[in-house]
Parts: sequence; structure tokens; C-alpha cells
Amino acid sequence: MGGYGDVKLLREDGLRLDGRKVDEMREVQVEAGVLPAAEGSAWVKHGLNVAVCAVYGPMEAHPRKIQRQDRAVIDVRYNMAPFSTSDRIRPGFNRRSREISKVTAEALESVVLVERFPRSKIRVEIEILAAEAGTRCVGITAAAVALADAGIPMRDLIVGVASGKIEDTVVLDLDKAEDNYGQADLPMGILPTTGEIAFLQMDGDLSVEEYNTCMEYNLKAAREIHVLMVDALKRRYTEKNGGEA
Amino acid sequence: MGWRVAGLGEKEMSGAKKGAELRLVTPGEAIGASSGARAGTGTLIMGDNIIATRVGWAKEFNGVTSVDPIHAAYMPRSGDLVIGVVESVRNNLWFADVNGPFNGLLPMSLAPWKVEFGAAREQMDIGDIMLARVQEVDEAHNVVLTMKGVGLRRLKEGIMSEISMNHISRLRGDEDSTLRQLKEASGCRIIVAENGRVWVDGDSDGIAFMRTVLDLVRNEGHKAKFSASMEALIEERRNA
Repeated sequence: MGGYGDVKLLREDGLRLDGRKVDEMREVQVEAGVLPAAEGSAWVKHGLNVAVCAVYGPMEAHPRKIQRQDRAVIDVRYNMAPFSTSDRIRPGFNRRSREISKVTAEALESVVLVERFPRSKIRVEIEILAAEAGTRCVGITAAAVALADAGIPMRDLIVGVASGKIEDTVVLDLDKAEDNYGQADLPMGILPTTGEIAFLQMDGDLSVEEYNTCMEYNLKAAREIHVLMVDALKRRYTEKNGGEA
Repeated sequence: MGWRVAGLGEKEMSGAKKGAELRLVTPGEAIGASSGARAGTGTLIMGDNIIATRVGWAKEFNGVTSVDPIHAAYMPRSGDLVIGVVESVRNNLWFADVNGPFNGLLPMSLAPWKVEFGAAREQMDIGDIMLARVQEVDEAHNVVLTMKGVGLRRLKEGIMSEISMNHISRLRGDEDSTLRQLKEASGCRIIVAENGRVWVDGDSDGIAFMRTVLDLVRNEGHKAKFSASMEALIEERRNA
């Protein structure tokens, strides 16, 4: 990343190519409890990204060597479906999915009360059905809802959001073109009630001011998504919105 | 919001009077101030607030704020009555799946039989079902089971089914009232164990009725209309 110079990502009127303002998020939809076989599950649609997450456990950790005597291990498997992008992705684990699985697991470990389940394993399966930049953030959001749905104790619901820089302008929630041809990308895992950051990656360069603006945008977006996550979890058990009573 | 109504002595957190609906909370949600209150199960003290750690119904009882989780895995506690399935057998002990994260261990010394070393399989083999009690659980979640006690035995006949943890109290009803009605209506022997497993034994007709009941619990146990559906089912059976 470093910009492609001649690619126009901002329109004359200051809006982005898809008509969003610089601090505007793509539309987000959250559903909890979508998979019957899983202990907990979630479906998240963020712009054109679609992620489904299933949580199993806590269960006995196998192989035995991965067990921790004082806490649970979180086993995350992030996977993109072969049909999720325009170029077919070869099925199976690759370097990218391995990295994202690892960072997601670390982000989740800081919110889940892992010390409650020594020697056990919590399996989190994130499947990206459609991808349009920012899938790791969508995966984290889906995982948080699925973990809560599974009844696993957590300090907070972690939200994945990203900001970045295009044409020297800081923007919230990059779409595919902005991610590919932009200058920087800053995905974060945020605990919305306390504002703590459980996960942060940065691709590209940002000045301190730009970074602070990104932070501000991300926090604002995290709170908005958090409302939707809480609503999805509560909707399962209430009569409101046509949910089950 | 929702159906869960405060029971006797429970002070609901919605600010309304007794009998009002409890508040549905999600992880990270502040339930109340930490000063003066104690944090019970499903909660955590963070700064000035008590926060929920699970999706469930917030309640206060005797100054303890806690959350009744809607969905939770079975966590063995000593004294629990459990139904276990034998998963592996050693010379002098059995390992049983108790529907929790870890297998329970039943040593020969806590089994009701005198068996020679190496002959454990003669009494109970893999796949056999036992009614046991949790003897102890240590800090590393090792579960020791015992079969020494009144009524604890190998279950040789009947059916075993599983329901989710939060539905156990729904199946039992207030002071086991629903369970008593079901026993009477079905003519079956029924054991609802603490680990979400249910054992039913009786004639095939009674068992078939209990299967419909358990399906109802699984599908509607968390809904407001559950009590009415259950009563209707029992009534229908009585009149049949």
C-alpha cells in the first residue's frame, strides 16, 4: 500500500465513490442463533461482506499438548469460501487465513473469561461467504455475537471495525476499491463499553493526527455496531421485531 | 421485555414491582453500581459497575446481583445428580461423559460393586449409562463421580434424552410440580439430572408421550407460551 496516484477514490463533491461521507459506515446487519447444530452462532452482513460464525464448547482440548492448566484455549478457524471473491480461492488453510485466525483468537482471548474453563477449548469457526474488504473485522464481530449466544462468559462484546486513508483523507470503513488502492488501513477490535482496544493492525502509514482521527471514527462505528449486536442477541428471546418470545 | 418474571424474593432490576419482567442483559452491560451490592454468578465488578458476562436475566437476591444465563454449558459441581455415558474403561476405573467440558472419573472404590482388578467391563462397558453423583470437582475441573448413594445405579432400560441447561427448571416446574404432573400423566419413571440429561422408563405409550414433551421443551422452553403449551399437552394426555 502506498497509493496508486492516479486512482480517484474521492469525488469532486467530497463524497466517496459509493456515495458515502468520509465518516460513514457501510450498512450492518446482525443475526444471532442462525445455526441449529452449534452451541452459539451469528450471521453478520457488513456492506457486501457476509460472515457466519459458529461456536462449539467449552470442550476437552485435544490434542492434549494444546491444553493450558489455568485457562481455556480459543481455537479460531477463519476461512473464506472459494466463491467469496471474484477470483476463486483455493479451499483450505493458507498463510493469510492462518494469520487472521491467530490474531482473532488473541483478540477474543482478551474478552472471554478463559480462566473459568481450565484445560478446555472453545472452538470458533468463522466462514466468510462474501468478501468486500474488511472481512477480519466482520469475522471478529460475528465471533463475539456467537460466543455470547453460546453462553460463554465475556467481559464485553468485542467489535471489529476499520478506518483508513485514501487520497490523504482519513475515511471510515474502507470498501474494496479503497482497500486496494488506498494509502493505509487500520483494522481494530474495540470493547465498546470501555473503549479498550483488544486488536490493532496497521497497513500503510498514518501520521499521529491521522491515526487519532481513525481512532475517533473507529470508536464511533464500534458503538453503532455494538447497538446492533446487542439488539440481535436480545431479539432472539423477546417478542419485539417479530422475534421469538 | 421477554417472559421471565421475578420469583418470590427476587428483586427485579427493571425498577418495577415484584412480578414485573426481568431485564435481559448482554455481556458488558452495566447492571448496577458495585458499591453496596455483591456480584453473583454471571457478573463481574468493573470499576464502579457490576457488569453482566452472559446473555441472560439480571436479578438481585439478598443483595447479590446475578445473571441467570439463557444458554450455558454444564459446569459440574459437587453433589450434582448426573447421568453419564461410559466413554472408556480402565482396569479399575471408568470415564464417563457427563455432558460437560470434561469427562467424569468413577473409581472402583466409589462404584457399588466389588470387582476384581481388570474386570471393570463386566459391570459397566463403553456406552452404558449410569446415574451418579458428582463427588468432587477440583480447581483444574477434574470431576470425580460416585455411585455410592441411594438410587445411584446403572440404568439398564428406558430412554435417555438431552435438553439444554436453561430448560431444566422449565421441565421441573416450581418445586417439581410440572415433573410430578408428567410422571403421573405418563405413568413413567423420570429422572431429570443436573447435567441436562433426562431418563425415562415406562411403557412405550408413556415414553412416546414423554418424547413429545421433551421436544416441546427443546423447541419452546424459552418462550412465553411454554407453560400453556405444556398444560395443554398434559391435559390432552389425561383426557385421552
